[in-house]
Amino acid sequence: MTTITPQSTTHLPNEQQAAALAQSHHPDVRLFGLATFLVGDGMTFAGFFAAYLTYRAVNPLPLGAEYELELLLPTINTLLLLASSITFHQGNKSLMANQMATCRGWLLLTAALGITFMAGQMWEYFHLPFGLTDNLFASTFYALTGFHGLHVTLGAMMILVVWWQAGREGHFTPKNHFGFAAAELYWHFVDGIWVVLFGLLYLL
Amino acid sequence: MTVHVLPTSENHQEVRHHTPWQEYFGFSLDHKVIGIQYLVTGFFFYLVGGALAGMIRVELITPMSDFMTRDTYNQVLTMHGTIMIFLWIVPVVNGAFGNYLVPFYVGARDMAFPRLNAVAFWMIPPAGLLLVSSYFIGGAAQSGWTAYPPLSITTPAVGQIIWILSVLLLGGSSIFGAVNFIATILKLRQPGLGLFQLPMFCWALLGTSILVVLATPVLAGALILLSMDIVAGTGFFNPALGGNAVVYQHLFWFYSHPAVYIMVLPAFGLVSEILPIHARKPLFGYRSMIYSILGIVFLGLIVWAHHMFTSGTPPWMRLFFTIATAIIAVPTGIKFFNWLATLWQGKLALNSALLFCCGFIFNFVFGGITGVALAQVPFDVHVHDTYFVVAHFHYIVFGGTVFVIFAAIYHWFPKLSGRLLNEHLGRLHCLLSFLGFNICFFPQHWLGLNGMPRRVAEYDPQFQLINQISSVGALVLAISTLPFLINVFWSLWKGQPAGDNPWKACTGEWLTSSPPPVENWLHEAPLVTEPYDYGSTEGTMAVTAMGGRDLWSAGD
Repeated sequence: MTTITPQSTTHLPNEQQAAALAQSHHPDVRLFGLATFLVGDGMTFAGFFAAYLTYRAVNPLPLGAEYELELLLPTINTLLLLASSITFHQGNKSLMANQMATCRGWLLLTAALGITFMAGQMWEYFHLPFGLTDNLFASTFYALTGFHGLHVTLGAMMILVVWWQAGREGHFTPKNHFGFAAAELYWHFVDGIWVVLFGLLYLL
Repeated sequence: MTVHVLPTSENHQEVRHHTPWQEYFGFSLDHKVIGIQYLVTGFFFYLVGGALAGMIRVELITPMSDFMTRDTYNQVLTMHGTIMIFLWIVPVVNGAFGNYLVPFYVGARDMAFPRLNAVAFWMIPPAGLLLVSSYFIGGAAQSGWTAYPPLSITTPAVGQIIWILSVLLLGGSSIFGAVNFIATILKLRQPGLGLFQLPMFCWALLGTSILVVLATPVLAGALILLSMDIVAGTGFFNPALGGNAVVYQHLFWFYSHPAVYIMVLPAFGLVSEILPIHARKPLFGYRSMIYSILGIVFLGLIVWAHHMFTSGTPPWMRLFFTIATAIIAVPTGIKFFNWLATLWQGKLALNSALLFCCGFIFNFVFGGITGVALAQVPFDVHVHDTYFVVAHFHYIVFGGTVFVIFAAIYHWFPKLSGRLLNEHLGRLHCLLSFLGFNICFFPQHWLGLNGMPRRVAEYDPQFQLINQISSVGALVLAISTLPFLINVFWSLWKGQPAGDNPWKACTGEWLTSSPPPVENWLHEAPLVTEPYDYGSTEGTMAVTAMGGRDLWSAGD
């Protein structure tokens, strides 16, 4: 039961109270906010996947076009991306142990894996037998991998920024490292999306 | 941030916090300033969209397209729909009232991410200007607010691309806002305040924000693919290139049906706040209200294809979506019975806020009934794309949500400005709105049943008289805005001072000065665990000592 005093509820605060209010802070919910946003981002991909699956179910390709893709390079790429999630996690472990030099090493390795993935993707683009507007499958392929590639590029840039920040004394501590945690969450998300995408586009 | 005003207990009525006017035009981080920015920007676009609606009604006075060309008419109806939905209703019921009220309701001093909040708002004016400017550079989009391909692919590309960019910006703004609401409501509640003690508006916004986060990105994806079809020549939605236009419809309505709930659930929340205060009774069925909201959120995600019964949907799909749509009437009906039970034997203060809420209940129930009718395939096939759908939609969004927006303005204006609105002008506004709205849209049911298609500048001459009646209603609606505008400007200047808590309300925003100081309370945030505790004690028995009657002359 709360006491409600509708008439006079503003009181003269003393200076200490005012100072306490100015200092008052709320819990850090930024990671929660990012996770919520990533749910939304994932729904964009879900929409794309749903469209792609519908196309495969009801829209026949023109004669001569087919769904078969070269598998070797994309499989290597998938392994690279999965490895990069592990290296990022190793970086997190080093951060928790406050070994910043090791942590930066893992971060650099993660970024390198991400960039190699993108290089592989580019190479594949230049050697595919179809272009963006050739048929429905080609368009969907480029739209999906392109949208995902945009995410990988952004993630790699985030990792490099975090790597640079980690070089500054005391920027990340085992208890306080939102930038690091955000980049890691985002990177795992991008990896997870790739696994689904790989299964749908290449294996299905 | 520091506390600006230190009122003494003797003259706290006189000492008000004044936000410098420049702050309303800048990148303010104060949730109250951002809320008012949303409200004023939204209302500006309401006037723009209303002017466009007026042009539509003028055109339809005669059966021929003599007021404007057919192409212009298509542009006008597209802009009217887009502006009203994306720049007026969605930003105002979510952004304006959500930002202003939610921190008060959870006992916080601001939203969880104030900077993101300001970014979300400042995406709106450029998006709106972009949209309006497309008129003057090559003509605005012509394919309606739905932008169905292949129409949207074959109409002039510049306007359509600007339209897509603008809607993507507005969608992004909406998602950022929703992330902020979810984090604030779930994570920023003051210690001791449980989820089931929150005012209903928080639950409504939580449900809405879940819908925004789940559905809006799908629209963004569809629009990205559509823009590729227009710019890059891909064929995702172009049957001539082997694509599938119905896939666009699925993606579009996966967002745009929940969008109806994004527009209407916050309004439900606002009504749940306003009614108990002016009826001096606790909100009836608090828990059932919450479960209804959650039910609507869940069902709202699985009914989208009822917009597509004439798009070659297979029978099983028609069956599923008809049943799901009909079921959604159950949680909605629960809410309406709860509101009626809240009013029942209450000590009603028949002021503008309550009257607008009653108008909302009347209009929305009617729109809901036609909605259930439209969910039935045989009926839907008959009236698909006719004025019946236009009438139904406006009963939900105009008669429903816009009436609630006005109720909320009458209710919270004293808090926002420190001054009461004039009740005589308010009731005149309410009466004119109610009459104008029903004269305008009720006859359109008849037009639709008799086969007048929507979105066409010309029509069969047999429909002329009914169209003219509808246009008269639109004129009354336009006139109804005048007493409101006069009221707002006059009251801002000379209105009767409201005091901290003119309605003797229990929730947090009233337990501080009007307008509130920068961090909401100069003292500790009050812990309100029973937000609807009206009528139990002497102090909460009536809105005023005379029991509501004297509010008839409150504006004098």
